[in-house]
Amino acid sequence: MNIEDKLFQIRFNVDTIPHIKVDLKACDSCQEKWCLYVCPVQNYKLEEGKMSFAWQGCVECGACRIACEKGQVVEWNYPRGGYGVCFRYG
Amino acid sequence: MTEKFDAIVVGAGPAGTTAALVMARAGMKVALIERGAYPGAKNMFGGVFYYSEVLNQLIPEFWKEAPIERHIVRRVTTFMTPQASVSMDYENSNFGKPPYNGVTLLRSRFDRWYAQKAVDAGALLVPETVVDDVIRDGQRVIGIKARRDQGDLLADVVIAADGVNSLLAEKAGLKKSKELRRHSISVTAKEILSLPSETIEERFNCAADEGVAIDFLGACTQGIQGAAFIYTNKSSLSLGMATDLNSLREHHISIADLVESFKEHPSVKRLVKGATLKEYSGHLMPEGGYKMMPKLYGDGILVAGDAAAMVFYTGLSLEGVNFAIASGFYAGEAVKAAKAKSDFSAASLSHYQKLLEDSFVLKDLKSFRSASSMLANKRFYTVYPDFLCTMMENMFKVDGKPRKRMWGLMRQSMKGKISMMDLAKDGMQARKALL
Ligand SMILES: Cc1cc2nc3c(=O)[nH]c(=O)nc-3n(C[C@H](O)[C@H](O)[C@H](O)COP(=O)(O)OP(=O)(O)OC[C@H]3O[C@@H](n4cnc5c(N)ncnc54)[C@H](O)[C@@H]3O)c2cc1C
Ligand code: SF4
Ligand code: SF4
Repeated sequence: MNIEDKLFQIRFNVDTIPHIKVDLKACDSCQEKWCLYVCPVQNYKLEEGKMSFAWQGCVECGACRIACEKGQVVEWNYPRGGYGVCFRYG
Repeated sequence: MTEKFDAIVVGAGPAGTTAALVMARAGMKVALIERGAYPGAKNMFGGVFYYSEVLNQLIPEFWKEAPIERHIVRRVTTFMTPQASVSMDYENSNFGKPPYNGVTLLRSRFDRWYAQKAVDAGALLVPETVVDDVIRDGQRVIGIKARRDQGDLLADVVIAADGVNSLLAEKAGLKKSKELRRHSISVTAKEILSLPSETIEERFNCAADEGVAIDFLGACTQGIQGAAFIYTNKSSLSLGMATDLNSLREHHISIADLVESFKEHPSVKRLVKGATLKEYSGHLMPEGGYKMMPKLYGDGILVAGDAAAMVFYTGLSLEGVNFAIASGFYAGEAVKAAKAKSDFSAASLSHYQKLLEDSFVLKDLKSFRSASSMLANKRFYTVYPDFLCTMMENMFKVDGKPRKRMWGLMRQSMKGKISMMDLAKDGMQARKALL
């Protein structure tokens, strides 16, 4: 099963304000691309040499925040109260 | 006017709810602030809640009313290579009797049920509210800033029970640095797979209400530090994995891909056959134990549960909820004592540390503090599972050739995989960590 199908099974109340901001220009020149491996929902993607990031499917784990060593590349916070992921089982 | 509380607890997980419950029962004015739509909405764990004496004292015979899935009567530890596996299967019928040694839970149900107990005791639960920072008067923490209109709230004490990321303890300057934490944190992913309860009972060979916890080491993480698990709920399985964040980074292995390939292992495939995915989730988990604990108290602030990295993880055991509940309890007790003296200084709140040191929380974390170095030893995920499986193969495979005696079999299975020197070193390491 691919991750897109898995994401359909997660309940979200998507906020209109992104809670994570990524400087994708800086990412394109990042050699290590640690975020690709640690994000459990694979929100960070590398396609044809270009990085993309979709905050809507974020499960707010904090892995990218810890994994990315490139200073200010990832601006990370929780979504506003009540928004974001809402586990039905957990 | 800004509202003032005796105590503000940030995070309605097991740690925060316990602290709020204890203080509310003592008649204190307590706010319990949670960013989720309801307590549990943001929380996920593997799935076994081990017996908590503290909870039993707060809510006698809690298992009669808590939303419990199954009583765990069997613990299986499985070492795997890509084709084979060796399991150690432990069963104890006493585990199926009250007070139950371990039970499976789903956090969205359990945390909500538990937080209601704090509300019943008089705590004010404030859901859908993110706390962004502490408010200080000089060095002293005197309240919190919530991300909402009139979000400044004051209190004599703030308890940071905001989980593994604890942005609050970080803001209060109590946490270890991100650089250090990067090397002692696991990334986890989990699936809830639904199966009819009768199928679970047949497949896992257990009675109604009873269940099995299986932990896997070896090929499931492609040899990097971590473990996989399958735990039985009433009519679903919790299947997931916890892997060291830094190892994923270094080996360019994706946690999401690992979970997918784990389900394809022959020993796992038949266990999850026909199951449908109900939910997928991810979370971080502190793995560093005692060495990674932040400073536990400051002027007007205490840190409890995962925020304080109080997870007991030895490779064979993984316990966090019972530790979180106990630390929340002692945090609440320390605040009660501080209130009796009207002294909320760090010196007064250091009583919290003392209470933890006298309890299993810091005693266990201290006695097993070397476990984290043992867990970082790659051979536990590569060489040893492989050795065990090869050993079994050499013992059971029948191919018409003359057989070797035990010692010869062991030597043959170890050949080219590990030196006597490393074996001795690892034995010492395991001894230091566990014996
Ligand atoms: C995959 C996995 C498997 C595990 N398996 C087990 C197991 O089998 N058995 C076991 O005992 N333990 C297990 N654990 C550990 C256990 O889940 C934790 O130790 C336990 O949940 C810690 O409780 P807590 O109350 O400290 O933190 P949490 O349960 O994380 O609660 C923190 C709460 O704070 C809220 N919050 C966070 N920040 C803010 C903010 N800024 N403002 C407002 N609210 C906020 C969160 O929404 C959350 O409700 C596992 C963990 C993981 C990740
Ligand atoms: S988020 Fe960090 S690790 Fe990922 S590509 Fe960008 S700079 Fe590199
Ligand atoms: S917080 Fe977790 S889920 Fe969200 S983008 Fe970062 S790694 Fe992915």
